[in-house]
Amino acid sequence: MARYLARRAATTAFTLLGIVVVVFFVVRVLPGDAAVLRAGPYADEARLAEVRAQYGLDKPMAEQFLSYLAGVVRGDLGTSTVSSGSVTSELLVRLMPSLELGLFAVLLSCLIGIPMGVLAASRQGGWVDRLTRIGVITGSSMALFWLGLLLIYFFYYRLGWFPAPIDRLPVGVSPPPHLTGLYTLDALLRGRPGLAWTAARSLMLPVLTLTVVLVAPVMKMVRQSMVETLRSDYVRTARAMGIPERKVLVQDGLRNAMLPVITAIGIVFGYMLGGNIIVETLFAWPGIGRYAYQAIQNNDLEALQGFVIFVGVMYVLLNVVIDVCYALIDPRIRMGAKASS
Amino acid sequence: MSLAATTVSDPSPAPAPPRRGAGVRTVARRHPMATIGVVILVVYAFAALFGPLFVGDPLKTASGETLTGPSAEHLFGTDRFGRDVFTRAVISARLDLVVGVVIAALAATVGSLIGVAAGYFGGVLDEVVMRVTDVVLAFPGFVLALILVATLGDSIPHVVVAVAVAYTPYFVRLTRARALAEREREYVDAAALAGNRRWQIAYRHVLPNSLAPAFTQAALVAGWAVLDVAGLAFLGIGIQPPTAEWGVMVAEGANDVLTGAWWTALFPGALIVSLALAFQLIGDDLQGGKQ
Repeated sequence: MARYLARRAATTAFTLLGIVVVVFFVVRVLPGDAAVLRAGPYADEARLAEVRAQYGLDKPMAEQFLSYLAGVVRGDLGTSTVSSGSVTSELLVRLMPSLELGLFAVLLSCLIGIPMGVLAASRQGGWVDRLTRIGVITGSSMALFWLGLLLIYFFYYRLGWFPAPIDRLPVGVSPPPHLTGLYTLDALLRGRPGLAWTAARSLMLPVLTLTVVLVAPVMKMVRQSMVETLRSDYVRTARAMGIPERKVLVQDGLRNAMLPVITAIGIVFGYMLGGNIIVETLFAWPGIGRYAYQAIQNNDLEALQGFVIFVGVMYVLLNVVIDVCYALIDPRIRMGAKASS
Repeated sequence: MSLAATTVSDPSPAPAPPRRGAGVRTVARRHPMATIGVVILVVYAFAALFGPLFVGDPLKTASGETLTGPSAEHLFGTDRFGRDVFTRAVISARLDLVVGVVIAALAATVGSLIGVAAGYFGGVLDEVVMRVTDVVLAFPGFVLALILVATLGDSIPHVVVAVAVAYTPYFVRLTRARALAEREREYVDAAALAGNRRWQIAYRHVLPNSLAPAFTQAALVAGWAVLDVAGLAFLGIGIQPPTAEWGVMVAEGANDVLTGAWWTALFPGALIVSLALAFQLIGDDLQGGKQ
């Protein structure tokens, strides 16, 4: 296990370094003058020189990179061009709203996707299987921004079932005192179920929008891994021994199929991190995705690159946690069958 | 996914090929989903090729006719500038279709060429390629495309390159995995004995035999690329207003939806989703048929 961890730590460090290199390369070296991008298209030469000096763009490239890397290692993702605030702290403020949205969406996707995938695999060609297939294809070809708009039009504008798609709580409702930053959870912990319900109602439409897209890869991968497991020798043995089918499905099938599913959830988080830029923009949700959108609108390249590194690092670390859990459960992996790819 | 295999596979040996028309019908019956996808694509290809001949100027505004609902005169209604939504939607077909296909083709070509080299030659080259794909895959694809376009600047070629870069690693990995298996096959030894150089074996013999998974993947990627490009346009980067593009149209119509003018965003969005759906249906069928 120690050897596995050491090897995993080395590749992770390399990938994290790679993230910083890629973002630095993309922003500083690609065609397009970094100073012009920051100062705007109408800046004159004097202003450009000022901007170059301010951001250290007049220094040699290697020096720029090292100071940038040193900043990232310290957790400093730079300074927003627009607000002059620290990008790291601006992102951290917006992290919990994004997590509340993302966690509910991923949770709901698993609650729907895992049982559907298992049932689809157990009766291949049956009606659940067909329904799953339709769900997978629909989810994989859905445009988040369009689906979100449709849901807003019907459930907010037409039917009025949900509050206006603006922010985490309706206007005039004050949030619960800060505990975790998840409004629904905080309200419940403070013993205010009414407020929790209000917060949940604001969450429902954006969560639903994300779920339609996220459930597709969950269903697809659960089904695939379940089909393979059900073909295995031990499932055949269990069936031959006369163990009831339901017990075979859950005890032998699902348990063994769960390993790839855990990896799938990591992938789903990646989809979520990209998709929530669109969903948070559409629902005026004050999370990191909307922060990225505002950075684009304001031409705030420092903030945008901070966001990209932040998301990349979160995604990589999440996958490391998943891989380590995986290796803890499955000895074949820490013996090096997979990690040597 | 082997869904298609379970519903479609026919254990009986294929009957002798009948008349031509009947053959098409048989294929359509065995692959109903893919057939729907092909039909949608054909309709869109026609719209892309000939549509501009039949509709007028997508930028023509009419101050007297802003935000009118669908009617006989304006099938999809008009937007806030009085532009005909149907005209703009038809003009946009060429752009969205071409962008989706070009991105998939670009990513598949570059990815396969790199993947075969990594798989066949192995060693340091393979190690470098795999670490680089690791880094690229460390970003959610949409986020990577976003920062690329944001720094390259808004233009259609930039969007195409940015989204293609995000999808290339998938093709590298698929083709590499296949090439690893292919290089152990006998025809590779035969080609070597026949006096071929190593790069000739890699690109003339191993590459063609390693392409099947990439083709399947390309159909799926074309669909996702359409969604990504439209999504970027919705966020205001890449393709810009007043270009007639479905994602731009949805973005421009988004605020009108909140005041009840649903047609400005609904129709172009439905076209994006149905184009993506067509690619998914074909890709899903190809994938199912493989297993």
